[in-house]
Amino acid sequence: MTTSTPDLPRRRRLRFSLNRQQIIGLLWQVVVVGIAVAIVGFLWSNALHNLSARRISTGFAFLGREAGMPIADTWLAYSPKDPYVRAFIVGIVNTLRVAVIGIVLATVLGTLIGIARLSSNWLLSRLAAIYVELLRDIPLLLQLLFWYVLMQGLPAARAAWKPIEGIFLSNRGLVLPSIPIAEANLWVIAAMVAGLIALFVLRRQLTARQEADGKVRHLWPYALVLVVGLPALVSLGLGASWTVTMPELRGFNFVGGLTLAPEYFALLIALVTYTSAFIAEIVRSGIQAVPRGQWDAANALGLRRSFVLQRIVLPQALRVIIPPMTNQYLNLTKNSSLAVAVGYQDVVSIANTALNQTGQAIEAIALIMMVFLTISLGISLFMNWYNARIALVER
Amino acid sequence: MTSISEAPQNPLPFDTARPRKVPGGYVIRWLRANLFASVTSSLITVILIVLLGKALLSLVQWGFWNAIWSVPGDQTGACRSIRGIGACWAVIPEKYRFILFGTYPFDQQWRPALVCLTFIALFFVSSRRSWWRKELVLLWAAALALIGVLMWGGIAGLPFVSQDRWGGLPVTLILATFGLAFGFPLGIVVALGRRSKLPAIRSLCVLYVELIRGVPLISLLFMASVMFPLFMPDGVNIDKLLRAQIAFVLFAGAYLAEVIRGGLQAVPRGQHDAADALGLSYWKKNGLIILPQAIRHVIPPLVNTFIAFFKDTSLVLIIGIFDLLTTAKTSIIDPAWQPFSVEVYLFVALIYFLFCFAMSRYSRGLEAQARHS
Repeated sequence: MTTSTPDLPRRRRLRFSLNRQQIIGLLWQVVVVGIAVAIVGFLWSNALHNLSARRISTGFAFLGREAGMPIADTWLAYSPKDPYVRAFIVGIVNTLRVAVIGIVLATVLGTLIGIARLSSNWLLSRLAAIYVELLRDIPLLLQLLFWYVLMQGLPAARAAWKPIEGIFLSNRGLVLPSIPIAEANLWVIAAMVAGLIALFVLRRQLTARQEADGKVRHLWPYALVLVVGLPALVSLGLGASWTVTMPELRGFNFVGGLTLAPEYFALLIALVTYTSAFIAEIVRSGIQAVPRGQWDAANALGLRRSFVLQRIVLPQALRVIIPPMTNQYLNLTKNSSLAVAVGYQDVVSIANTALNQTGQAIEAIALIMMVFLTISLGISLFMNWYNARIALVER
Repeated sequence: MTSISEAPQNPLPFDTARPRKVPGGYVIRWLRANLFASVTSSLITVILIVLLGKALLSLVQWGFWNAIWSVPGDQTGACRSIRGIGACWAVIPEKYRFILFGTYPFDQQWRPALVCLTFIALFFVSSRRSWWRKELVLLWAAALALIGVLMWGGIAGLPFVSQDRWGGLPVTLILATFGLAFGFPLGIVVALGRRSKLPAIRSLCVLYVELIRGVPLISLLFMASVMFPLFMPDGVNIDKLLRAQIAFVLFAGAYLAEVIRGGLQAVPRGQHDAADALGLSYWKKNGLIILPQAIRHVIPPLVNTFIAFFKDTSLVLIIGIFDLLTTAKTSIIDPAWQPFSVEVYLFVALIYFLFCFAMSRYSRGLEAQARHS
């Protein structure tokens, strides 16, 4: 950013070794940085002037004021009387809710379609190809509006479609049976997560020991104890209830169950189907990048198909798949901001409302940027870590 | 799932050189090899045929059999009575002028139509390898000038049409083409800057690219529509379309820079050394030796970026600029036609699809060429 960093270490050498090229380089940097600073300074002084002319105070003090904006679809307790900061947190949770679930579903669907694309069954691979081509070549926003219109065209709650008992699809969205989560349930889930982590550590040790002495050690008894037994014990001990509440139609709306609002549902479908088309292509080219000889060699050893796929082909394909997959995850997260077009209140939509109400444009957009840069950084770090873990270790 | 290893590596559906073991003609053998190779495969085929048949049947019923192709005036009663059973394609002839050209004066709409054709001709010419010469730049300049004249008018007897009356397909094409035309040189400069040995320039370029790529395009567009006026001195008022265009140029620049940087990395070190040994200056070295090779390396990903960018122009809907998608969405505000948005969206989707599909076909052709050479 500043010119002082580059020329400090060079100053000592100035008398001896600063040749013509280096001087030109230094001049270039001074000129370019000077222009950049001048532009930013010009814009900034204009902004300060304009803001004071419009009597808009700069700074994030407005976050403490009452938001007064209704948010329909939220997982956190929220009322319009809450301050802006609360509204922003609700928005961030809403963004994450779409992004995380969307990434998981898109990965699953995309992988399936990518594999279908490579199937020896002509019809299946053709259909997968059509799916990919169709979804990739139409703007996501158009697809989103399309899904939303279809969602609104569904029958009213009273005439809701019931594909399976307890699941309702209507213009109120998708209603699913749910399990009410109390404190005891959370402890059980925590126990299961702890069990999974323990199992993960254990697996590494078992693999290490197996590699040392060559004896086959089975993991599944431990898995049974840690992931099933432990949570079951905690559940019994705390008396957690796992009764499923079925949604019921009362009057014009549903009571009980988990409701996915039409806005959320349309956004999720659009993001998942659109991204899955790209993921399918990544998975396909990843698998194709594994040389044919790897299959042949594994077959020659007499290994089972599923084993070949799991232990030989996929680990090699993953190395090709992970970097572009990371990009798709980032894209999905950024694309979730299209929510504003259908009125799902994600962080961009809430920041936009806040911007219109308070006029704090710079702060609102800085918040959006901060949130997305943080999420992007988080996904990048995780995927880089994973990539490094599966990377080829050459001896 | 079915066998993964079979299909991809073998371009022919089955091994034609193999002596005939399976009885039957070509069709039967093809069917056996590709649809009924195993029990699982046969099962998948049967299930897919049943599902596909059902889906196609209901689609054909909705789209053709029960569809209504025209209604007199705004009398959409017949359409309303078959809602959900048949499509109301009558909405397309009624609204297509508005969808394609927005609120451009009706009797002058041949001008935006000509603009669209000019764009398509320009894309076509630019895609031919034999046209990749210096003169192409001149052609582009001429074509873009012609487009400006046609859209604005005001000279040669054409009445002036101000920017806020532009709409539909020309706006989409303008946003995409100008965004790329100006974003491309910007991307080249930034890509070179990111690989420069000068730390201040390098970090400036990294900052620019990562900032733009790190945030959603929508926030950039909000910035262009809401914050841009704040950053301007008093009295300077830039048109909304131009503001969005600037946001798109900055956006395209950052994404193209990353693609071009990939190409720069693929140019072997020896090319740099050789150019240095000849005593070429930095700009000559890059302009004559490095960049031509680098860009040739990344033409397919560049075309993919173009496709993504073309689709992304539809986001201007959110800041209320009348591109193709916005005019489509606006055309069904009309109460008489409100229930038939699905038909309108399908129509617009087809237009977007044709453009993107042509580009993706082209990019695949280039990839195949690159593999063969």
